[in-house]
Amino acid sequence: MEKSAVFKGKLLPYLLLVPQLVITLVFFYWPASQAVWQSFLREDAFGLNSEFIGLENYQALLAQPEYYKAMATTVVFSSLVAALSLSIALLFATQADKNLKAAPTFKVMMIWPYAVAPAVAGVLWLFIFHPTLGTMARPLRLMGFNWNPMLNGNHAMALVVMAAVWKQIAYNFLFFLAGLQAIPRSVLEAGAIDGAGPYRRFWTITFPLLSPTTFFLLVVNVVYVFFDTFGIIDAVTGGGPAGATTTLVYKVYADGRLGGDLGGSAAQSVILMVIVIALTAIQFRYVERKVQY
Amino acid sequence: MIRPPFALATLFASTLALASPAHAVTEIQWWHAMTGGNNDIVNKLAADFNASQPDYKVVPTFKGSYPDTMNAGIAAFRAGTAPHILQVFEVGTATMMSAKGAVKPVYQLMKDAGEPFDPNNYLPAITGYYSTSKGEMLSFPFNSSSMVMWVNLDALKKANIAEIPKTWPEVFEDAKKLKAAGYATCGFSNAWATWANIEQFSAWHNVPIGTKANGLDGFDTELKFNTPLHVKHLQTLIELQKDKTYDYSGRGNASESRFGSGECPIFLTSSGYYASAKGTAKFAFTSAPMPYYPETAGAPQNSIIGGASLWVMGGKKPDEYKGIAKFFSFLSDTDRQARLHQESGYLPITKAAYEKTKADGFYEKNPILQTPLKELTNKEPTENSRGLRFGNMVQLRDIWSEEIEAALGGQKTAQQALDTAVSRGNAMLRTFEKTAK
Repeated sequence: MEKSAVFKGKLLPYLLLVPQLVITLVFFYWPASQAVWQSFLREDAFGLNSEFIGLENYQALLAQPEYYKAMATTVVFSSLVAALSLSIALLFATQADKNLKAAPTFKVMMIWPYAVAPAVAGVLWLFIFHPTLGTMARPLRLMGFNWNPMLNGNHAMALVVMAAVWKQIAYNFLFFLAGLQAIPRSVLEAGAIDGAGPYRRFWTITFPLLSPTTFFLLVVNVVYVFFDTFGIIDAVTGGGPAGATTTLVYKVYADGRLGGDLGGSAAQSVILMVIVIALTAIQFRYVERKVQY
Repeated sequence: MIRPPFALATLFASTLALASPAHAVTEIQWWHAMTGGNNDIVNKLAADFNASQPDYKVVPTFKGSYPDTMNAGIAAFRAGTAPHILQVFEVGTATMMSAKGAVKPVYQLMKDAGEPFDPNNYLPAITGYYSTSKGEMLSFPFNSSSMVMWVNLDALKKANIAEIPKTWPEVFEDAKKLKAAGYATCGFSNAWATWANIEQFSAWHNVPIGTKANGLDGFDTELKFNTPLHVKHLQTLIELQKDKTYDYSGRGNASESRFGSGECPIFLTSSGYYASAKGTAKFAFTSAPMPYYPETAGAPQNSIIGGASLWVMGGKKPDEYKGIAKFFSFLSDTDRQARLHQESGYLPITKAAYEKTKADGFYEKNPILQTPLKELTNKEPTENSRGLRFGNMVQLRDIWSEEIEAALGGQKTAQQALDTAVSRGNAMLRTFEKTAK
């Protein structure tokens, strides 16, 4: 006799799935398919003429050297932001996890930046490091450092990376802290009894046990830098100087919204979507293998 | 007749009152991008118009920066909820005029509404920018300005410079002296990187930015601003950037404050900067015409305008159009134009308002406000200086700025940067030409 319950009806499971499916269809597949369709059209800003042109938008895009430059910029920008925000957050989280008097205050203060909107975060950093208005720009100049993000691409990149990292540390910190608190003390104590120092305990016990959190954060951070950072870039550098901080998502925004080139912009977002899907798939396929749950 | 309960009736009435104060009033939505003092001027204009007649009510709404406002208007049009009047900056002109059906040309609006309207009453240097080659006015100029050179007179004195520089070589010399006199981080600079160094520069020297009268005569225009003159100018700026005799101030006007704060003693930017300069500068200052290269034959020519105009959106009711036409007549009133000009520093759009301000002796006391008018009317406009009309201009400016930045940042020579700016720009113009059939 079969003991487990079996639902006979075929309808019920589908009905139960409907809300989730509707949400996915309306909020993901529908807009995504619109973007794909739009990428085959040439349209004026007002949508008065539109013409099906097949892959012409893609051809035009891939013939632009600036597009490849934006790709390279994105790689630099996203690696820097993901690496820095993860490692700094991990450092802070391990410190906050210790038995300190001020730990609760410290934790609360760490979480605040996450509540700041990206564009506002950008403006804050711009105020600090603006070459003429910035409070930090003058000391930098006095030290003989020719700080000029208006013309120096590396300086501009450093500025947007700082703003984007600062914004993301809070989020990563929160998850790392939760992850650290879930690690059983007994394991660490056992390590300590066996003579492992704090450094060794961290790398051989804490870090591997934290790997599910790290992996999750890696995926989330990559998506963050790919999609959520254009507000910061727009506020701080506007993609400049000379395109040095124009990432793929910023280019989508600039060409579509500022430039009114909806077809070209849609083609870019389709490519971007494919890249992010591929990247996430790679992460799940290869990186996840190293994760110990 | 069934009478609704009193409370409900009041609620109903007050809702109506919120929507429109009296039910016969036709509302006219006006989306604009004016901030600060100019925002107050917009609100006051609307309030004055609403008080002047009982039938129409102009409702101004601030929609953010110029590009934001334009995009909001375009998005609203696509969604079928466009405002009646949309303020669009000058570089959006080609995009707006190619959108046949989305906009209603002003000359047609005035004709349909039977409102008296003579295009000859307006200053051609201004309306020409927003008219067809036949002289039909497409959009209504609202706030117009031109580029002038703002000069810190106290700084000049400090550096023992007797006269305000007139030519570029003089500006370069004086900037070096100013730098030596303590203006170490910026001898001279400009806002609006491309407006200053490509658009106004070309018109002022009577050289083309592009073929087909800078695009006024057709969308099949090609860019031409990689001439030896342009290259020489940019190459000089590259050299001067190295020791900050010249210092780049970005693509927009966010760094205009470098003049007001006293950091940059010579600064090229819009004449519309007047109100801010008056408010912030703690030194004697004035505005002077833009510098030129004396060896260029015919320079200086005349400058071109910037600023924004009011576009009337298509698909509205005849009664609403009538109200808009009345509002435009109201704006054209001589006294009102003269006062607007004198208060805001933006240019008057009618000849009568200009004459009246002159006759009142206003310019003797405020020569600063006459500088842009002198530049605009310096000579009879040529093909190269009537204006410009390029599709995707917002993006074109970004591309040109990118190349200028690459040059000033030392990654490219002036020739390379301008060649790329031209070729990338042309590619973009071809895309626009295809969409704007």
